[in-house]
Amino acid sequence: MKPPKFDYHAPTTVEQALELLGRYGGDAKVLAGGQSLMPLLNFRLSRPAALVDLNRIPSLAYVREQDGQVRFGAMTRQRTIEFSPVVRERVPLLGEATRWVGHLPIRTRGTIGGSIAHADPAAECPAVLTALEGEVVARGPKGERIVKAKDLFQTYLATSLTPDEILVEVRMPAMPAGAGYAFEEFARRHGDFAIVGIAAVIVKDGARCALARLATAGTGPVPVRLRAAEEILERDGFSDAAIEAASRQVCELVSPDSDIHASADYRRHLTGVLTKRALKRALGVARV
Amino acid sequence: MSDLVTVRLKVNGIECEGRCEPRKLLVDFLREDLGLTGTHVGCEHGICGACTIMLNGEAARSCIMLAVQADGSEILTVEGLMQNGKLHPLQEAFREHHGLQCGFCTPGMLMTALDFLKTNPSPTEAEVREGISAVLCRCTGYQGIVNAVRAAARTLGGAAKGESGT
Repeated sequence: MKPPKFDYHAPTTVEQALELLGRYGGDAKVLAGGQSLMPLLNFRLSRPAALVDLNRIPSLAYVREQDGQVRFGAMTRQRTIEFSPVVRERVPLLGEATRWVGHLPIRTRGTIGGSIAHADPAAECPAVLTALEGEVVARGPKGERIVKAKDLFQTYLATSLTPDEILVEVRMPAMPAGAGYAFEEFARRHGDFAIVGIAAVIVKDGARCALARLATAGTGPVPVRLRAAEEILERDGFSDAAIEAASRQVCELVSPDSDIHASADYRRHLTGVLTKRALKRALGVARV
Repeated sequence: MSDLVTVRLKVNGIECEGRCEPRKLLVDFLREDLGLTGTHVGCEHGICGACTIMLNGEAARSCIMLAVQADGSEILTVEGLMQNGKLHPLQEAFREHHGLQCGFCTPGMLMTALDFLKTNPSPTEAEVREGISAVLCRCTGYQGIVNAVRAAARTLGGAAKGESGT
């Protein structure tokens, strides 16, 4: 189908965009890369009074390092992230996960800020943000505030951002040098939404585990941080038994739903299988 | 209909202009306003890939983008691939290797493959399969398309890796 009628605005500054959002009092939608919102408009599942298009705001597209973080302008395209040397050096987990986002012609338009603000629980960027304990900067009429990943995702397609705020920046802590990482995903076809995805980061200290981070995509209404499994590794190291125990533990930590793609039981099983694969691959990448 | 917007863009090297509602999809603008029906409309929600075009040098879905968003851009559609009466090496390879049957997905396949080979000039068979997974073909079973893209890679100067599928 075709989109319903709407007012269209393409401001050139964030201030203008905020003013427009205020004017429509919650009836406007922010248009980023459009790879999720445009299909919703075409299906007429979304009927906003207005679209505030951020694509003409050049100041929202950048990748830079600051204060131990890699900071992304909200409108940074996924294709840019895929090839970014800073991402490859500092947050390689995000680079690997981004190659699972949709397909090439989706990633040329899709943005990191849009993906996170859309908050599809099966999406890759929210899982990575959760695993890395990242945060976003939201700008609203009263100024800026920082929202941590754990406080951002509320439920399916819902964040704690208010309708008069715009997500302007995504911040991910740079991964420790030598950290092992892996993003494992299972989908029926490459580029489809994950049935389950696992983001893993580990830091080795000899045979000990100095740090473990595990988060999911596709296992419920929000990305799930698998803290109890991380603790097993941080306590017992990376022996086969510890990895086995952590991979069993993760199945207890998620409450996935059944849908046409997979049953809840299957998703729970897959969470364990992919955790094990992710940890083994991360161990292969890690340098002591 | 007072809220029409003017869209100016360069398509296949030619300056074009049209007026449309802001809600008009880029693919419909190309087909209806500019008469360029080579770009196909399939699913209209960014899944099938038939509408893929090159937008400022990168492959993009024209069914999930508004025409007004393309104002000021440079677009390449399948009509612009042929140069001086000569098929593009990708088109030649699709013909040679039976990379199409009904032809519905072909414009999207060609534009996707064009961007794919730009960033990966010497792909393996598996990489080609991942690259073209962006476009659905209901006829060929993909083998001919994979062969065509790998053959085009060789013609365009990249050395295809691996043995299988050649």
